Amino acid sequence: MASFVKFTINGKTCLAEEGAQLVEAAKENGIYIPTLCNYPGIPPKGSCRICTVLVNGIGQTACTTKVVEGMTVQTSTPELEEFRKSVIEILFAEGNHLCPSCEKSGSCELQALAYRYRVTVPHFPYLFPKRDVEAWHPKLVKDHNRCIQCKRCIRGIRNGKGQALFAFGKRGDKVVINIDPETSRDISDALAQEAMDMCPVGAILRKEKGFDVPIGKRKFDRQPIGSDIQA
Amino acid sequence: MSKKIVIEPVTRVEGHGKVTIHLDDQGNVAQSRLHIVEFRGFERFVQGRPYWEAPVLVERLCGICPVSHHLAAAKAVDVIAGAGTGDGLTPTAEKIRRLMHYGQMFQSHTLHFFHLASPDLLFGYDAPPEQRNVIGVALANRELATQAVLMRKYGQEVIAATAGKKIHGTGAIPGGVNKSLTIEERDTLLKGRAPLNADKMIAWSQGALAFFKDYYKKNKAFIDGFSQFPSNHLSLVRKDGALDLYHGVLRAVDAAGKKILNDVDYQDYLSHLREEVRSWSYMKFPFLKILGKEKGWYRVGPLARLNTADFIPTPLAQKEFEAFKAVTGGKPNNMCMHTHWARLIEVLHSAEVIRDLLLDSDITGTDLVTKGKWQPVGVGVIEAPRGTLMHHYRVNEDDLITMANLIVSTTHNNEPMNRAVNCVAKAMMTGQKEITEPMMNAVEVAIRAYDPCLSCATHAYGQMPLEVSLYDATGKLISQRRK
Repeated sequence: MASFVKFTINGKTCLAEEGAQLVEAAKENGIYIPTLCNYPGIPPKGSCRICTVLVNGIGQTACTTKVVEGMTVQTSTPELEEFRKSVIEILFAEGNHLCPSCEKSGSCELQALAYRYRVTVPHFPYLFPKRDVEAWHPKLVKDHNRCIQCKRCIRGIRNGKGQALFAFGKRGDKVVINIDPETSRDISDALAQEAMDMCPVGAILRKEKGFDVPIGKRKFDRQPIGSDIQA
Repeated sequence: MSKKIVIEPVTRVEGHGKVTIHLDDQGNVAQSRLHIVEFRGFERFVQGRPYWEAPVLVERLCGICPVSHHLAAAKAVDVIAGAGTGDGLTPTAEKIRRLMHYGQMFQSHTLHFFHLASPDLLFGYDAPPEQRNVIGVALANRELATQAVLMRKYGQEVIAATAGKKIHGTGAIPGGVNKSLTIEERDTLLKGRAPLNADKMIAWSQGALAFFKDYYKKNKAFIDGFSQFPSNHLSLVRKDGALDLYHGVLRAVDAAGKKILNDVDYQDYLSHLREEVRSWSYMKFPFLKILGKEKGWYRVGPLARLNTADFIPTPLAQKEFEAFKAVTGGKPNNMCMHTHWARLIEVLHSAEVIRDLLLDSDITGTDLVTKGKWQPVGVGVIEAPRGTLMHHYRVNEDDLITMANLIVSTTHNNEPMNRAVNCVAKAMMTGQKEITEPMMNAVEVAIRAYDPCLSCATHAYGQMPLEVSLYDATGKLISQRRK
């Protein structure tokens, strides 16, 4: 039988299963902690840092933190909000994110977070990196311009043999996530769609599958990100 | 002493351009030019993108007629996706696209006539600038101004219902559309709360035509004679010769009405058209290959369309078309200011088509997309509000665009607009010691008749800062006037 722990988030007393992921525990208690690299069902990585909260006064990523009895959590201080906004701005400035013509516009988590945090013009200079569009695969397109290197695809997308379809290539600021030609051979349409859906931005696309969801019915058209948990 | 007159920016047109007029020592017009001073670069930066992005990417060319670019690109990528040209789509997809396009035509033409052109007609091109603008129209004729705003709103609502939003929607996708109309959307447009319904739009379109025809009766000499010159005319027409703004074959007639391009498939446009580059403008000069650079230039747009089409397939507009054709005895109409008349006939036609499409059960259908055998090249042509619009894409085996060629309506009208400037400059400025503001506006009136979209994105109307500088033959500034 699961044991429950008592802890506080922003002064509110919360209850969750011991060892639960803080992001999920907060959600269960009606508190939204934004995430980007985190994805339900795959091991957390803590790489994007957008879920950073104060646990007992110390900054920690909520996706890699487990709840324990008596912990005090602050999810929303002016400093944390500013920090999150900066993370979003940096991700926009580092890549080439042209929302108007992106297939994921309206369903993109980065775009949705930018709206939630009212990002208008980034405070950081745009880098305009020269990046390619990888389109050799018969069912997938990898647009490196839009990749935020969250690794969701590497961690979460597997073929029938349990092999990863995506892998890191190069190093440092040149790092890219590539489609593995061997493991991605003969993938089903359903798996290709799963890869596109798991990508929080428009970096993984299905061939010829863009804009088929009309404006008004896209993921965040009617329901801003996180509003299902907390307004 | 020779003079150089510069009109910059040209006002009450879409985008930015300037006019230069050189007068020689005797005060005769030695040279005149309409310069396009903007560079957009869409043909280049669409390269390397997946082809299905093209309709959504290139529509950002324009905030007034994004639907035209969206659909021209969609028609081109239909070919690449194997859905054929025009008639390959499902009935629902084809009719939703038509509805979107005629909504676009309705709102854009309304915007141009009422907001941009009507101040010149209501008050005269020589009226004070502070009156000669859309605010002046609203103050002088409240009912007309209200109708103008609501007609444009209706057209935008049609676009929003079919494309998802009023500006820069995503309705057309390769091989079809991503939505049809719900019953509720259809009923709102068809018989929504007055005055925003289809029948009222038809009635108001007739009112706008009556307004123009009344003005014409009183100002026949001006409307007939202002910037009038013979030209060829080009547009799409339906296979049976009917006016069709969404799809058809390319037809061109000369100034006397002889067919010089006889209903050819636009996939083959490169066999019939060429583009010339001139060093002083960012806009190219297209011409009909068969006639060459000197004689092959032509007009596009409402006037050209009514010159190439044999009839209009809606009854009220057909009746107006017959009256329009009677003025020239059935021959092509080469009178520049009659473009406004032709435009208003198209407004009425668009309203009729919108009403008919809303009454068609296919408009709420669910069969939205067709696909076929992939092709490496696609050409899409549509009749945009300002005229024939061509999109041509080539893709590699990975579906990425390797080449794009866009010939927009205003580009087709480049040479005619330059001729119009020359025509008016000669008539108004020859031998004049002083160049007045009304003379400059007269040049703009001629350009405005073509409803040019110089950047396809920006908007400027009302009184804009306009500066005219007079230079002597050595280039020394003699005098300067601002309005």
